[in-house]
This record gives sequence, C-alpha cells and structure tokens, in this order.
Amino acid sequence: MNVNQQPHMASPYGQPQPGYQGYPQSGYGGQHVPGGYPAPYAPYNGPASAYQPGPPQGMRGPPTSGAPPVSAAQAYSQFGQGDIQNGPPPLGAPPQRSVFSQPFPTAAPPFSAPGPTQPPGPPLASQQTFPQAPPPSQPPFSSAPPQVPPASYGGPPPPVQASHPRAAPPTSQPAAFPGGPPPTSTPTQYTGPPMQQPPVSQPSSFHSGPPPPPTSAAGFPPQGGAPPRPPHPGIQGPPLASQGPPMSQANHVAPPQPGMLAGPPVPGMAGPPPQPGMQGYPPQQNGEYCRYSCCLSGSQASDIPPVQKTRHRIDPDAIPSPIQVIEDDKANKGSEPFVTGVRGQAPPLVTTNFHVKDQGNASPRFIRCTAYNIPCTSDMAKQSQVPLAAVIKPLATLPPDENSPYIVDHGESGPIRCNRCKAYMCPYMQFIEGGRRFQCGFCSCVTEVPPHYFQHLDHTGKRVDCYDRPELSLGSYEFLATVDYCKNNKIPQPPAFIFLIDVSYNAVKNGMVRIVCQELKTLLDYLPRENPDVQSNIRVGFATYNKVLHFYNVKASLAQPQMMVVSDVADMFVPLLDGFLVNVSESRVVIESLLDQIPDMFADTRETETVFGPVIQAGLEALKAADCAGKLFVFHTSLPIAEAPGKLKNREDKKLVGTDKEKSLFQPQVSFYANLAKECVAQGCCVDLFLFPNQYVDVATLGVVPTSTGGSVYKYTYFQAQSDQERFLNDLRKDIQKKVGFDAVMRVRTSTGIRATDFFGSFYMSNTTDVELAGLDCDKTVTVEFRHDDKLSEETGALMQCAVLYTSCSGQRRLRIHNMAVNCCAQLADLYRNCETDTIINFFAKYAYRCVLNNPTKNVRDSLVNQCAQILACYRKNCASPSSAGQLILPECMKLLPVYLNCVLKSDVLHPGADVSLDDRAYLRQLVSAMDVAESHVFFYPRLLPVHKLDVECDTLPVAIRDSEERLSKGGIYLLETGLNLFLWVGANAQQELLQNIFGTPAFGQIDSNMTSLPILDNPYSKRVREIVESFRAQRSRYMKLMVVKQEDKLELIFKHFLVEDKNNSGGASYVDFLCHMHKEIRQLLS
Amino acid sequence: MATYQDFIQQNEDRDGVRCSWNLWPSSRLEATRLVVPVSCLFTPLKERPDLPPVQYEPVLCSRASCKAVLNPLCQVDFRAKIWACNFCFQRNPFPPSYAGISEVNQPAELMPQFSTIEYIVQRGPPTPLVFLYVVDTCLEEEDLQALRESLQMSLSLLPPNALVGLITFGRMIQVHELSCEGIAKSYVFRGTKELTPKQIQEMLGLMKPAASGQQGRPLAPQDAATSCRFLQPVHKVDMNLTDLLGELQRDPWPVPQGKRPLRSTGIALSIAVGLLEGTFPNTGARVMLFMGGPPTQGPGMVVGDELKTPIRSWHDIQKDNARHMKKAIKYYEALANRAAVNGHSIDIYAFALDQTGLLEMKCLSNLTGGHIVMGDSFNTSLFKQTFQRVFSKDYNGEFHMAFGGVLEVKTSRELKVAGAIGPCVCTARPELGVGGTCQWKICSLSPSTTLALYFEVVNQHNSPIPQGGRGAIQFVTQYQHSNTQRRIRVTTIARNWADAQSQIQHIESSFDQEAAAVLMARLGVFRAESEEGPDVLRWLDRQLIRLFMFHLRRSPFLQVFNNSPDESSYYRHHFLCQDLTQSLIMIQPILYSYSFFGPPEPVLLDSSSILPDRILLMDTFFQLVIYHGETIAQWRKAGYQDMPEYENFKQLLQAPLDDAQEILQTRFPMPRYIDTEHGGSQARFLLSKVNPSQTHNNLYAWGQEAGAPILTDDVSLQVFMDHLKKLAVSSSA
Repeated sequence: MNVNQQPHMASPYGQPQPGYQGYPQSGYGGQHVPGGYPAPYAPYNGPASAYQPGPPQGMRGPPTSGAPPVSAAQAYSQFGQGDIQNGPPPLGAPPQRSVFSQPFPTAAPPFSAPGPTQPPGPPLASQQTFPQAPPPSQPPFSSAPPQVPPASYGGPPPPVQASHPRAAPPTSQPAAFPGGPPPTSTPTQYTGPPMQQPPVSQPSSFHSGPPPPPTSAAGFPPQGGAPPRPPHPGIQGPPLASQGPPMSQANHVAPPQPGMLAGPPVPGMAGPPPQPGMQGYPPQQNGEYCRYSCCLSGSQASDIPPVQKTRHRIDPDAIPSPIQVIEDDKANKGSEPFVTGVRGQAPPLVTTNFHVKDQGNASPRFIRCTAYNIPCTSDMAKQSQVPLAAVIKPLATLPPDENSPYIVDHGESGPIRCNRCKAYMCPYMQFIEGGRRFQCGFCSCVTEVPPHYFQHLDHTGKRVDCYDRPELSLGSYEFLATVDYCKNNKIPQPPAFIFLIDVSYNAVKNGMVRIVCQELKTLLDYLPRENPDVQSNIRVGFATYNKVLHFYNVKASLAQPQMMVVSDVADMFVPLLDGFLVNVSESRVVIESLLDQIPDMFADTRETETVFGPVIQAGLEALKAADCAGKLFVFHTSLPIAEAPGKLKNREDKKLVGTDKEKSLFQPQVSFYANLAKECVAQGCCVDLFLFPNQYVDVATLGVVPTSTGGSVYKYTYFQAQSDQERFLNDLRKDIQKKVGFDAVMRVRTSTGIRATDFFGSFYMSNTTDVELAGLDCDKTVTVEFRHDDKLSEETGALMQCAVLYTSCSGQRRLRIHNMAVNCCAQLADLYRNCETDTIINFFAKYAYRCVLNNPTKNVRDSLVNQCAQILACYRKNCASPSSAGQLILPECMKLLPVYLNCVLKSDVLHPGADVSLDDRAYLRQLVSAMDVAESHVFFYPRLLPVHKLDVECDTLPVAIRDSEERLSKGGIYLLETGLNLFLWVGANAQQELLQNIFGTPAFGQIDSNMTSLPILDNPYSKRVREIVESFRAQRSRYMKLMVVKQEDKLELIFKHFLVEDKNNSGGASYVDFLCHMHKEIRQLLS
Repeated sequence: MATYQDFIQQNEDRDGVRCSWNLWPSSRLEATRLVVPVSCLFTPLKERPDLPPVQYEPVLCSRASCKAVLNPLCQVDFRAKIWACNFCFQRNPFPPSYAGISEVNQPAELMPQFSTIEYIVQRGPPTPLVFLYVVDTCLEEEDLQALRESLQMSLSLLPPNALVGLITFGRMIQVHELSCEGIAKSYVFRGTKELTPKQIQEMLGLMKPAASGQQGRPLAPQDAATSCRFLQPVHKVDMNLTDLLGELQRDPWPVPQGKRPLRSTGIALSIAVGLLEGTFPNTGARVMLFMGGPPTQGPGMVVGDELKTPIRSWHDIQKDNARHMKKAIKYYEALANRAAVNGHSIDIYAFALDQTGLLEMKCLSNLTGGHIVMGDSFNTSLFKQTFQRVFSKDYNGEFHMAFGGVLEVKTSRELKVAGAIGPCVCTARPELGVGGTCQWKICSLSPSTTLALYFEVVNQHNSPIPQGGRGAIQFVTQYQHSNTQRRIRVTTIARNWADAQSQIQHIESSFDQEAAAVLMARLGVFRAESEEGPDVLRWLDRQLIRLFMFHLRRSPFLQVFNNSPDESSYYRHHFLCQDLTQSLIMIQPILYSYSFFGPPEPVLLDSSSILPDRILLMDTFFQLVIYHGETIAQWRKAGYQDMPEYENFKQLLQAPLDDAQEILQTRFPMPRYIDTEHGGSQARFLLSKVNPSQTHNNLYAWGQEAGAPILTDDVSLQVFMDHLKKLAVSSSA
C-alpha cells in the first residue's frame, strides 16, 4: 500500500520487508506468525496492536514457533517461505489476518483487539506500521510524510530497532502503537511482516481486485472475497477502503501519494490499507504464516526470523506496483513535450509516449542516464552506490514528428574542436573576447575561433547566430567529416552487404535456404539508403557454404551466375573480385537466377558438416579486397565441426550449471573468433548471425564476432518453415533495411571530474577510450559507466559529449554528436530524487551479464542484491526521515528497483531453470548487452495486457496488469509481451463472445494452440486485437512470434515463466519474497 | 647384299632403327676407340601402314630375368615345340595354343619380315583418353579470344568418348566442374599455396565417393572414375564446355601499373597433376598447358610481378643471378616425375613476346613426352594450326598419339644398355646379367618420337666372339593406342660383330654418318643442358670432326648467344625427340633455290647461294623462310606476276610457296613461316644461318655476282675447316 501509494517520494514498503527483518525479531514474526498459530495470535492480537503483541509473543512464541526452523527459512528466505506459505495454509492464517485486519479496520471486531489498532487511531499507523503507527505520521512508508522523498516503507528501521523495541514493546505492543515509535517499530516489524502483506498487498489487493482473486482463490477465501470474509467482515469494509486505496494509488501519483503513503499510516489512508492488508494477510497469512511459523521456528534461532515469515504474506497490492508507476508517469509526463534544456531533469519513462524538444541536451531517445544529479564527490558516489551510467543509442530512430539530427558542415578544415580535449563544438562552449575565442566546457581550455567561423556576440554573451547553428543550440547534430577522419585518409567506398548461406543438410531440410533465397529477391530493393528516391549505393555479394564455400559471380554481363568453390578452408581467400560484389540494379537478372537456383542445387545434399570461421573470413576477405566496409549476413544451422579454423566441439554440459565452472560456458571455447573479430573491426566488417539450430551450436562462441562487431545474433531454435518463417523474415527485413553506419568509432568525453570508465555493448575496444563498432545500427546501444576522478561543482554540473564517427550507408563519413549535461549535487537526496530506475536496471543487467563471464553466477547475484541494498540503505540512512527500522523506505524514483532487480536475478542467464539451454542463456546474455532501456524494461518486466478489457471504441490500450498469476482471471484473455515473444493467454472461462470475436470459435477447446497469427475476422474486436499485436511488434527491433496459450495447456508453463512477480520453478523469488529479503538486507546494512 | 645405304634405309623403314655402326666392334676396348659409341636412334611408333597388328599375346621367354619376346632370330625346334631365347639361350616350350606350328605354319612373329610386330592385348577395361586443358587467363583479350576459339574447335576433334577437363588460372586457379546443369561451377584454389596431392584430392571431393555428394550410394571403381565431375566425356559436355569456354573471362584481378599479372602456373599444374593422379592413374592423359606469360607467383614462379625486374637471361644465369630458377626447376621436375609415374604427359603451349619460363618448365614435357610449342601470340596461325595438328589423324582415322608407353630394351649378353636420351623417364636401371634389360616410360608417343639409345660393348678383348656371331637388341614397347587399345610392339634387330683389328674397313664402311651425327648431337645437347656452354663445345670439338658439326656448333642447340633461355630450351626439347630426318634439318638447315634456270635444287647453305635472281626456301625445322632475291623482289613489286605474259614468273613465285605448304602440312610443331625478300628485316633469319663465306671482312666479293655478304665476325666454314685440318694433323702428330 504504502508503496504504491506513495506517489512521489519514497514508497513505504517497508513494512513488508520488515517481515524479513522481522525474522530476527522473532517477536514480530511471532506476532504475525503467531497469528499463524491460532492461539498465540489471538492473544496477541488481542492486544490490539496485534503487531506488537504478536511479535512479542511471536518472539516469545518463537521459541515455540521458533522451533519451526523458520529462521532457516528466513534467511532465505522468504522466498522459500513464501512458497511454503501457500502450502501451509494450515497456519492459523485466518487468525492472523484477523489480527491485522483488526487493526485496520476495526472491522476486525473479533480481534477487535484490533480495535486497538485502530485505536491507534492512527489506524494508519497501525497498518503501515503497525509499527509505528505512531509515526503515524506517516508512516514510513510513505514517503508521504515528508516527502522526504524516500518513502520508506520499511518499516522501521531494521530489525535492530525493531528488536529493541520489540523486545520491550512486544509486550507493550498495544502500547506500542500508541506509544510511539518504539513500539511501533516493533510492531512494525511484526506488522511488517504482516504489514508487508498488509501494506502493500492491502492496497494493492484491494485495488487490483483481480489479483487478489487469484491469490485469494488459491489461498484464502478472503482474497477474492476479501470482502466476504467473514472473519474480517470489517475487512470487507476495508476492502472497500482498500479499493479506495487503489484509487489512491492512482492518485498517488499526485497528491495523495504522500497522503497515501502516509495514508496507510495515516488515518484515512490507513483505512484502506488496512483492509487490503487485511485481506491480503489473511490469504497469505494462511500460507505464509505457516511458513512463518516454519521460518520462525527455523529462524528462531535468529530471533527475528519469525517476522520475516510473517511478512510473507505481504499483500502484493501493498508493494510498489510497476504498473502504477508507469501509469502515473504517463499521466504526469505524457501530455506535454519533454524539453531537454533543463539540466538535471529526469525524462519520462520509456513506457510513456512523449514528444521531445531538443534544447541543448540530447533527447532521452539517444541518451538516458541512471542519475541526472551526479554526486559532487566520489565519496558520495561510493556511499550511495548508485551507478553513474549513460545508456547511449547513437543512431536511434526518432518518431516521425521529431527531426533527425541536422547535418553541419564546417568546411574543409573539419569540425571545430577544442584544442586540448578535442571536444566538438557544442552549446557548452563559451565564447569570449567578443567571439574571437571560445572556452571549452569540458576542459576549460581556450581555443581561437577560426576566421570563417567568427561571429559577434550579443549582450548576453551568446553568439548572434546561436540559433542558426545546430551545434550551438542543440543537443544532437551531425558534422560532415573531412578526409582526415577517414581510414587511410581516403574517402570511403560505399559499403557492401554479403549474404552467406549455410546449405548443409539441415539448412535445406528445415527450409531455411529456400526461404532466404526467396526473400532476398525482394529484399534487395530495400537496402538502406539515405534518400529514398535514389538507388542504394550498397553493393551485394552472395556465397553459400557447408564444409566448403561457394562464391557466386553475378556480374551483370553473365547470362548465368557462376559458382566458385573454395575448399581450402584452412586458408580462406576470395576467389574473385569483379563480379562478387555487384550493384543490385545492374545484376538483378543474374542475381535472381542465382537465388532461384541455389535451393535446387543443394536440394539433395547429404553434407551435414559445416564450417563457420572461414565463412566470416571469406566475407572479411571480400570486403578487404573491395576495400570497403560492410555487413555480413550469415545464415547458419549447426555447430561447426568440419576441419577448419574455428572448429568447435560440443561442450554442452548442464552439470556445470551452478558450479564455479559455469562461467566457462559463457566464454568462447576458442580464441580464434576473438582474433577474427578484431580483424573484422579493423576492416569495418559487421556480422549479423541468424542461427537455425536444432541442437547445441555454442552461441557463446559463435556470437563472439557478431557481438564484437556491432552485429546482432538471431536465433530460431528448431526452426520450422511454417511456423517460424514469419518471425525470421520480419527480423531479416528489419535487419537489412534498418539504418546503419559502418566503421564507427565512438568516444565519450566528459567534463573534468568524471570520466567514462567502462563500456557495455556489442563492440570492440582496442584501447580504453575508443569504442570501435564495425557496424552500428539504429537499435544498438552502448552503456557507459562514469567514475569520479575529481570533484565536480554544483554550478557547472557535469557534461558529457558522445561523438560517433561513422560511414553512412551512402558512403559519407560523418560525426554524430550527442551532448548531455547533468546536475551535480552535494546532497544525496538530490541524487535519489533524480534518477531513473529503468536505466539503472539496464546498467545492472549488463553489468551482471558481463560478470558471469568471470564469476560464478551466484556471486553475481549476491553482489547485485548487495549493491541494491546499499543503494537503498544509503537512502534510508541519509535521506529518509527517521522512522522505525521495521519499515522499508524506498526512494520514490527507485521504488521499483527491488521488483526489477528481482526480475534480473531471476532471468535465465543468472538463474536458469532446468529447461533453459546453454545456448539460450548465452544468446540472451549477448542480446541484453546491447539493449536499450525500453527493451530491457519490457524484457525484464513483461507487459501484460488484459485484452478482454479492451475498449474497441477508443485508441487507448487497457491498463496493463502486473505480472503475476494472481492477477489473471479465468474469464479473461491476456496479451503478454516480452520484447522477444508475445503470448495470448486465454482463460478457461473466457467469454464465448470474446473467443468468437478473436478466434472465430466460441469454444475454448477448439482454439488451436499452434496458431501463430490471429485469424482475420471482420469484427472490431478482432481488428483491434490484431492492431495491438502489430503495434507491439512495430515497437520492437525484433519480431515477436505470437503464441496462443490456453489455460491449463502445457504451453502455460512457458507463459508462467514470464509472470515475474511470482516465484518460478527454478527457485526464483516472488516479488513479495524478494522485497522482504531486500528489506532484511537493508536492515542488516543499517544496523 | 645391297649397299649399306640400302641396308640402312631398309632397316629404318622396317624397324625405325638407325644405328651409328652397323657392324659392332667385338670388344669393349675397340668400341671405346671408335669415339662414336655403339648406339641407335629408335622410333618406337614408326608408322607401318603395312604392319597389321596381331590379336594375341606375345610369347615370352620363361626366364624371369629375361622375358624376351619370341622373335625371328630365335631358334625353333618345331618337332619338340621348343624355342630357344636368343638373348639368354633359355629353352622354352611353346604355349598350348601354338601346338599347330610347323616349319610351314609359322606364326607371324617368327617370320623375318616381322622383325617388328605389334600385338593387341587385353589388359583390363579400355580407358578413355583424357585431355585436361590448363588455360592461362591473364591474356590480352584478342589472344584469349583466339585461344577460346581454338579450344572450342579442338572439342570437335576429340573422340566423343574422350574425357575432357578444364582448369583456368590467373591469380587464382579454377577447376571447372563440367557435369552440372545451370550454374557453372568451379573449384577455386589460391595460387600461392602449395598443396599436397592428398589435399588437392580432398578439396576437389575426390577422396571418397560418398563425400562427393553422389547420393551416397557406393560406387564401383569405374563408376568413380567416370563420375569425376571434372573430367567428362566430350559428347556429354560438348555444349556446356563450349559455352564455358565462350564465357571465359580474363583474369578479373586488377594489374597495377608496373606489374605483371599474377599467374599461378605452378599451382595450376600441380592441381592438374593431382587431379589426374587421383582419378586416372596409369591411364593415357594429356595435360595441355596454354600460357601467355611467365609464372609470377607461388611455387614454380619464374619471375616476380615487378615489371622492373626483367625475366632471367643467359647472362643472369651465368652470373647466378636467376633468383627463382633453381627452385622453380626443382618444383617442376618433381611435378613432371609425378606425372610420369602415372603415365600422364604435359604439353606446354607458350605464346608470348617475352619469355615464359620454358627453361624452368621444359622438364614437364621432356620427361613426360609432351609437346612444347612456343610462339608470340595465340592469335597466330602458328598456334592455331599447330594445335590443330596435335589432333591430326592417321589413315585409320586415329590420332597420331599414343600414351603411357613403356619401352623395354633387351640386349644380348655382349652388350649393355648405357642410357637413353629422349622424352622419357627411366623406370628401371639396367639389370646386370643375362639379357640385361632396361625400361623407360614414355608418357606420350607420336609416330616421330625418337629415342637415342646408347650401348656399351661389355665383351672383353680377350674373349673373342666367334666369327659370324651376331648381337641382338630387342625393343618391347607397351603402350595405349589412341583408340584405347593396349598394344605391344616388339622390334628385334641384330648386327654382326666384327673384329676391329682385322675388319676395320668393314666397320668403317658400316658407319652411318647421319645417325652418328644426330646421336652425338643429342649427347652434346644433353650435356649442354646440364653443363656450361663452352665446356660442351670443347668436348664436342674434341669428339667430332665432321662437316655438319660446323652447323651444330652454330645452332641454337649449343649456342645460346642471341637466344633467350626459353628459346634454347624450346629448340633443345624438339631436338631431343624428333626423328633422324628432322634432327638433321635442325642441325643443318636445308636450302632450296628456285630460278628460271631449272628445277628447284638444293644449294649450299652458304652466303654465296644468295643471288638476286633466285628465290630461296630455307627450312630450319623451326622456321620456313622464303627469300626473294633482289631482282625477283623488284619484279614482284612491279607486278609482273599479274601479267599474263609473265605467267612463268607467277609460277616461279608460286613454286616455293607450294613446297613450303607441303612442309607446313606435316611439320609439328608448325614452323614459323616467313616470306621475305632481299633487304627485308626478316631476311635475318636466312642470313644468320648461312655459312658466312662472304663477310664485310673479305670485301673482294663486293659487287660481284656471288651472293650476299654477311655482317658477322663468325668464322666461315672455310676457316673452320682449315683450322680443323690443322688440328687434326697436329693432334695426330
């Protein structure tokens, strides 16, 4: 609740976490848990502030309950417990709830003790915090109170506090509430646990009516029927309230937030929350409690454990909701253009549609930063642990209504630059001495203005032509490069595309060869060009291969193409020059004849072995021979085991997963490809790899060249012409047509004080500063990490300039410049107030995915959790208003950090399930490292759209729901988008009319789960759904295949894998559990 | 008995053998004293229209070390059905199939007129002939065009079942696959990397039938052979190949200013050899190399691609400045030996204005019996007609070529084979003992292919041979006829032994001057190939005293002045494989004179023969020069031949042309045909050959009727003879 509620500031999740923390506080846990245990709880509850009481008891109980190993559980956690929880319904869940519920609602007459809670009057307090209700003020959660941005949930401070208080309080519980903090705290914790559920869940549950259902359904009657619940009759009431909350959540956005946050704690607010909490609790409680108890027992050892357990049952609706945040952002920022001129302002989220006005800083479409207020000193940076990074997408495609960067020509002498640091002319250059010189904003060096560039200054010191020159007024623009910027000081030749097609048995059999050849015939008309009216300058060449390579001479003067076989794969060379790379329009007839014949020529092939290294070498040699840059499109099927350089062996060994040797699976098995990649980069040869494997192909090794040359890897496992053709062809089309630059070098310059230290993405670096990209397309992203090497000043802020020198597809050499200025802050609070969680997650994911190359994945996961905990703990310690340790307090801008981080931790790369192949992991690892923020966001937190709520009358999409099975309704149909896949989940009880409209059949049983596209039906519903599917696909760089998943169908397992808020089969934590865990970590740090 | 002249002629006609001595000195010592060794020129496939081959197997001596073939010189006991080998004296029973023989019913091989007899034998399945074209594409467009046309034309001359293959090369080497429909396929190799035969075969997919994508069904061995995608029957791929040749492009790799095109001749040949080795070992096959310049890269390169470095000259070679020569020679020799082992021959058609590296590559043809033809451009009749003539047919409509010949020479015990000089490789050293034999492999034979065989008399002085004894030599040539039959030709000759002391006059009169000249010349040329020029001349001077030696000394076979290394190699190659008549022409060119004063007559090869009112026709084997004397030339210019009243002049002009045409018809390779006149620049071909009896040094002839003075410091025959006489006298003194 809190969480969600708090709109702005920190979100008070806390409590839930408290649970975690709680553990230690056996007491707390106890309480809740206790709840679990009927008896105890009751009593506690009785105390009214169930919390405290509970806890205490619990604590005490712990002993009792303690027995239950809970602790063990705790540690872990909660996750585990969580799971268990469900199981353990036995727990007296109900009771507990009651407990909680009581508090809130008063409703909980029974416990009424609860009454107490309320009494606290501050029901809020009670809720949220039970804890601290006292703090009533606002409850920690909500940042509400203070706007201290951080909202903190967490309850109260870490266990420690709690414990203390607890210790005492426990008993006092009741008092506690009222009493103040201490008690609260304790309570909190307790509550926390409960709270978690409550707070969060409460609200949420309430809000999201749906979610609850599932859960409730599952577990506790309450959920769905939250209201119904007898026990909590009051609760029901609450629910309403809660509903209110939901509203509030929405509201959160705005004003309410604080209130909300506080809300929970606060009276009114509280009201709702409680309810939710109530509900949530109950259900969960049942399960969770159990666990708790279990946990407790285990944990007992560690006093606190119990609490955690309690937490389990945190109401999912009470914890920060990504959907809520997304919707809030849309509502707040989507309406008006984002103006880049204001330094230090975070842009709208990637999920929000917005218009950008370039006023001197690069559009967020080009650059997104993790933080828009950088700490002035490295100490601060270290303390906060917030990564300072920028995610740069230099050639990003802009929406049609935004101008692509202007091209500036500074004449023969080339772009004007600072003499010392070589930064390019930009709005941060300060003209002085009447315009005769300019001072560099990066290094402060003063440089003469060349005569041809001289211009007078106006009274404000600005050049008179400031607004006529893009380089003086805009954040992004391009310079025409002179010959000095070209390789070998030679104007580059137009680039070339070379298609290298595997024609071994598998490739022919699965239809790939025929499809590629067929498609290329049309695709060749769509080669990238800058001016759509003229023919593309790009030349093309074709080769096929199995164990040997076949080059084709398609010279225009030939009547028939000629095939040249090169069997000397040990020492690759290009057999022909003239006739291999040709202009499409001139050689069209010959090319078509070739593409017609290739499938037939190899139709009867028996050759199953392939080579791979020589294939790339061949393309590379061809480009070398033609002295141009270019791109290789390699269509490949199998592990290259034929005798040749770069030969690989099958090293798939799942036994290594989870061991220290696991990292070796991500590393290439031979160094050959790394060396080859280096050569490719030197020549400007970018490699795009399309894989069609039906067994292990060692993506980790094959992908080395593509990922080092700015290329992409596409993988179509078990490719079948019929079902995968569409996806492959769309990818191919997009890949061929997309805007691309070659032979690129990117350099990021920064103002004194920070410097770019690390880079992530698909490129090669031969030194520490220049990012070399053989090819750079509009979807490729480079993430740059910055470190302090000196102090920054608040006045000047920090500047960065990203310059990308590249050859355009027409062969023009250009420099694209993106400038970015951010604020510097001396207060940590500013940092936390102006950062972007999506970008941080993008950075973390890339960072972690690179770490797995050298570290055991478990260590990587742990360090991620740790860093995240440090970030949040730092906030809590330095920015949040004092509150009980049991509360989890999150900065408003980072309240989604835990949920997203959990998604990263659960991703297949870091935490694979048994059915995830090594290839898939390597593939995803490579894929993510070049993703931009929008893609990484949806990749880690898929978009789940309730299709059945679609309003066909208007253009807007229904509000997405959270990725949890609880939120699915049996009667609904949902569309889930991951950036790589689309699923259409059909509930078993979906309305017949809906089915009829979408699938053309009213019967659930008749829906063909093999369909890959929706039938085209003439009704608005069908049309609209298909439109949505198409629009989703259009947003992503890769085509998403649509899979229809029927509830209870075997495919559902795959689908569920993407419900990232739930725990998964391979042991990934649920959101709630993870939040608890995170809370515990934070508390440990703080204590 | 007829004169020796007749005897010699008769023997040559019947057996294709010319011996230096037709009576043999009976001891080693005496033989050595004769200076000119006991030796003979043997033409294995001498055309014998009157010799019908017999269709059975020869009867062999049963002694394992002898295996001589039953011949007319054997003693036969018709009653016991036993014959005695005349080489080892082993008594052998006749095989059962000879049960019916008697004195009146003798098999052909016992009849004296069948001292040369040819057997057709069945040895395995007939294998088609294989022609593998190896074509240089670094040619000027017009040369390439001419070459394309010639190659296309040649397809129609091949027997329909012959297998044909195509390899083209420039910077890269392409082995063209001929069996495919649609897209033309070729396998490409880089020209700088030496590959082992195994690698080549692997890369061409020749190793395992399954690997070559042939539907994986196991192939019978013959199938494997015929299924080779690179060598296909002409009748199947005629159209394909014609198109392919028609589309043959010039090497597409750009040649920068100041560079030679990169030609990977060495690797192209090694691939050709490797291909045949892997598919058709021990089957008649010709690799025909067409090149328009020197190899410039990879193993076997003769010169680098920098134009500023000229190709090696004799001067460089003498100074040991020819960087690539030794390595290249070694490389090509190794290749030649591999080809020879498998019975494949390599022809070289080198047409370029500059040298092309024949010096280095000559062994390819020398060791495998291949042709070498050299000229200035493929776009000349010299090439076109010569190439056409390769495929000329005999009266039976069969090619004048045979393949995979193995020549075995057996001698009576008093003789030993010392060696052979000719287009062959030795495959078995002489075995000592009774009926010593020796084997050579001659990968390609034509009816004129002639080997020089040298013998030693091993009989010691103190063991005289009884009066009337005869020494015998048997030549057994197994070969694949161009109609794919396997044949064995057996020639058995015998000469009387003579005691040198008592019968020196007889021996002297049995001397065959012409044969001896050619035999000695071959020895000389052979030495010249391996030794320093002056040494050879000196050796020759010591050994020889005969007239023609004057011309031999001046000939390009020994004299390298004014000839490039390639030219020398070329001339020598032909000298070492032509028959006696042609060899004599090469040594001492023939000069005919045409005039109004009588029928054409041979005249002295002397500057005094060059007269204004004569037309001269000189045949040097390599050149055919028609020279119009000063007056004749003026008349011709004035157009008298077109006037009806000067019909006789027209005829006079026509006469040498007709004669030349006749020579051109039969000569292989086509000689360079030169039609010139007094004062013409091309007259140098004539002037350089004639004996310079009048030079600017003996001006007395100026303005007088006798001939034309030659501007040279060379000694004239007169001076040479005078000197020789002096030497002869002084040395005898």
